[in-house]
This record gives sequence, structure tokens and C-alpha cells, in this order.
Amino acid sequence: MKIEAKNVKFFYGQDQVLKDISMSIKKNTVTALIGPSGCGKSTFLRLFNRMNDLIEGARLEGEILIDGVDIYNKNINVNELRKTIGMVFQKPNPFPKTIYENVAYGLKVNGVSDKNIIEESVEQSLKQAALWEEVKDKLKKSAFALSGGQQQRLCIARALAVKPSILLMDEPASALDPISSIKIEELIYQLKSSYTILIVTHNMQQASRTSDKTAFFYMGELVEFDDTRTLFTNPKKERTQNYITGRFG
Amino acid sequence: MINEKSQKSIRRQKALSERLQKISKSKFYLIQDEVFKYFGLFCTILGIAVLIVFLFNLFVTAGSRIDWGFLTNLPSRRAAKAGIYTAWVGTLWILVLTTIIALPIGIAAGVYLEEYNKKNRFSSLLEVNIANLAGVPSIVYGLLGLELFARFIGTGESLLTGALTLALLILPVIIVSTREALKTVPYTIREASYALGATKWQTIWNQVLPASLSGIFTGMILALSRAVGETAPLIVIGALAFVPFVPTSVFDSFTVLPIQIFNWVSRPQKEFSVNAAAAIIVLLSITFMMNGIAVYLRHRWQKKIKW
Repeated sequence: MKIEAKNVKFFYGQDQVLKDISMSIKKNTVTALIGPSGCGKSTFLRLFNRMNDLIEGARLEGEILIDGVDIYNKNINVNELRKTIGMVFQKPNPFPKTIYENVAYGLKVNGVSDKNIIEESVEQSLKQAALWEEVKDKLKKSAFALSGGQQQRLCIARALAVKPSILLMDEPASALDPISSIKIEELIYQLKSSYTILIVTHNMQQASRTSDKTAFFYMGELVEFDDTRTLFTNPKKERTQNYITGRFG
Repeated sequence: MINEKSQKSIRRQKALSERLQKISKSKFYLIQDEVFKYFGLFCTILGIAVLIVFLFNLFVTAGSRIDWGFLTNLPSRRAAKAGIYTAWVGTLWILVLTTIIALPIGIAAGVYLEEYNKKNRFSSLLEVNIANLAGVPSIVYGLLGLELFARFIGTGESLLTGALTLALLILPVIIVSTREALKTVPYTIREASYALGATKWQTIWNQVLPASLSGIFTGMILALSRAVGETAPLIVIGALAFVPFVPTSVFDSFTVLPIQIFNWVSRPQKEFSVNAAAAIIVLLSITFMMNGIAVYLRHRWQKKIKW
């Protein structure tokens, strides 16, 4: 198992937002996390690169193992951990710098200074993110000059540049138009062969198209976790059935 | 009984809708709107008009007094021969020194308060007091500078004492404006940086500071243009009105433009008040120029970064 969550409970101050969640995720698979707003799926996603550490008063119980190592162990260097786990956010958030610098940033903060290596990685990452052909002649231009969909693929390239093994995506296509959205989905499909991907989405079709497994969250609980096809065609719980057919949420 | 009540209510509602119709037809609210518009315009123009009258008056009085000699002459007992060379060089020295002292300290304090400080009682006490410091009268800073720098540390009546004192004076303003500039950098940028394995310091140094630099500099320049006009604290620490030489090191005694102006204004002869007016034009030009740079920076910054 690439990722394991064992009896995870999570609190913001007094509020418990995740209730005893256990889940195992295989290497090189895509797992979709679905559920209504406020169900805790984004919070759950952010446990794996410890982004929730940045919130004051947040507290975790239980264990999260990546490659068998408890990432909340005291000996874990958070920055090292985050380097091995890429994250893509809901709204494209490129740095106010050039396209090149955006992709190179992760390498630079991790101590890589060899120009040739950086240049090579920038090209490779942009190719992996299916953006290279569109930007290869304007690498020195500001990232803000790109369209929303291109910006999001740039953010994916930026995450890939530090060679993570896991990719966390928090509603990566929700701020994009349908065509850009499809491009991101195709990209996810291609990236699956080399990365373990977790994706939070509100879009049911997107979840069924892109993922191997789907987890349905409701009110901080993991209601159902199964193969995507099974979950969407033959859910075992009534709540899941109601949600995926659009009767609530 | 119930019927009666509901009938009453219906009548009341009818009366109300009639009244509302009348109001919407009445011109009262329209006039109110117009009146306020012109009153607001008047208030806006008032400040500018006073300034224009003042400037016009200045130029009429002293426009012809400003020439190369006025800028390059040393002070003199005779009004016609007196210049502001030592004064504007002193002002320039003070500007540069104050910037060197106040900028790093102010930015560091602002970054600490905004990025590192945890929210608790001590930190809110700290924040309230920094805001309070910005309101302390400048003469109090002068007395502090006199006691702490000039006497205790022993820098005397020097440029260094003056710059240190003015640096203290503008520090709260720089800290506050630095924090405001940092606040405009969206959290998502920090998140993106952390997610790539950057440390807090790397995130601040590589992303947050560059993105807020123009905002910080804008605040710095506005603070400095206030410092340029300060007179009281410098008089207190012993800046002299009559300095017959140009300072060549930070330990030299000095004068600045506002003190020179103050000195000339307090003389009985009319020629000296013309000199004062001319010096005011020079001083105003400096502050207008600095404000102009601040406006330019802010404008360029807004155009460049759209979050």
C-alpha cells in the first residue's frame, strides 16, 4: 500500500471534522474523494502533505502512513515530506514570476542550483503537464499572461518538477471552462502511470471518468469506499446512492 | 374579532403603499442626493484650493529669489548673499541615513508581526502599542533622541543622532505599511510555496517579499517625506540653524531645510522672510517629488500584479 490512513480523527479546535477514517490506497491509482461541501474531503486531502499544520488549533489523532512511514512522526521533516508530495489547488495559483521561474522554484528552494539540470527539468515537467508546446517560446513571460487552464497545467508542472510520488489535487478543474477541464482530466489519466493521485472533486462525471477508486464522505465520515465503477453503479449505502443521483448535496 | 383585525391591517397596508408612492414621486430625496454631491465636491476642492493659493503666494513672493546661487551659497548674515547649500545637503544626508537605519528594522519588524507572530495577548498588546507609537508627538521623540543617543550613547549633536531619532519616529509607520503590503499577498501563494517543500523563510524571501516590495517602498517613501519636514525633534537634539560648512561625516553637526526656514522666518527683516519662502519652495519640491515616486510605484505595482 502506498498510502494508509488508520483511524484518523481530525479537529479544528473543538470541532471534530473527520471521524475515525481508515483507508488504503494502492500505488499508481487515482482515488477520487467526493461529498457535499464541508464534508471534510479537502481537510482529509491536506493531511497527506501536512498542509493542515499551518492552521492554528488543528489536531490529528490516528496514523497516516506513506510507504509504511508515519508522516506525523516527530522525526519527519515537513519540508522534505512536502517535496515528495505534489499539490494542485482549486484556483490556479502561479507565482507572480515567469513561466520558467514558476517551474524552477521547487528545485531552487530544495537546493538545486545547476542550471542545466533545472532547464532540463523545466522542459520535462512542462511536457509532462502537456503545456510545453504552448509555452516553449515564451518561458520568460509572466505566468499571469496564460489562460486559466494553462495556469492550472503550469501549477501541475510546478508540482511535478520536484519529482513527487504522490499528487494531491483539490478540485483542480472547478475554476476552469469545460475544455480546459477535459485537458486536466486527460492529464490525470496520463500521469497515473507514474504517480499515485488523490483528487477532490464536486463533479460526479469527473470522478467516474478519471478515478479507479472513489471515496464518498459525508459529515466527516467515510461512508463508502470502493471501486469507482461499483460505487457509481451499485452503491451499497443509501446515502451514497442519494448523493450520486443528485437527490441531496 | 379576527376579521376586524385583518381588515385593519389591510387598511394600514393600503395607506402605506399610497405613502410610498408619494415618496417615490417627491423630489426631496433627489434634492438631498444633489445637495450632498455638491457639498462633497466643495469639501474636496477646499483643501486643494487653499494649497494652490498658498503655492501661488509663495511663487509671487520668492520665485525670483531661487537661482543657482541660492542653492550653492553658504548661510550668511546678509539675506541677499545667504543660501541653503548646507541645509539641503543636510536634509539629503538625513534622508539617506534615516533610510539605511529605518528600512531594514521596519521591514524585519513588519515581517515578524505579520508572518511569524502567533495570535495571543502579548502580540495584540505589541500591535496596539506600535499603532500608538505612530501617534506620539515628534517632540517627544526629539527628547528621547537627545537623552538616549546624544547624551547616553554619546553621538552628540550629529547627523547620526538626527537620523537615529527620525528613524525611531518613522519606524511605526514603516512597520504598519509593511504589514499592510504583506497582507495583500494572497494566502494561496504561500500555500503553493509550502506545498513545494519551501520553508517559511524561503517562502517569505522568494515569494511574499518580492510581491509586496513596491507596497513596502511606497510606505517607506511616504514616511520619509514626513521625516524630511520634521523640525521639532531635530531642534531638540541640537541641530544648528547656522552651520557654515557642509557635513562630511555622520559625526558632523548639521542643519536641515525646515530648521533653516524656521530660523529665517523668526528674523525681523523682510528679506529673510523672502529667503524662507524660497526655501519652502525647495522643501516642497522635494516632498512632492517623493510623493510622486510613491504614487508611481503604487500604480506600476497595481498594473503588474493582479491576483
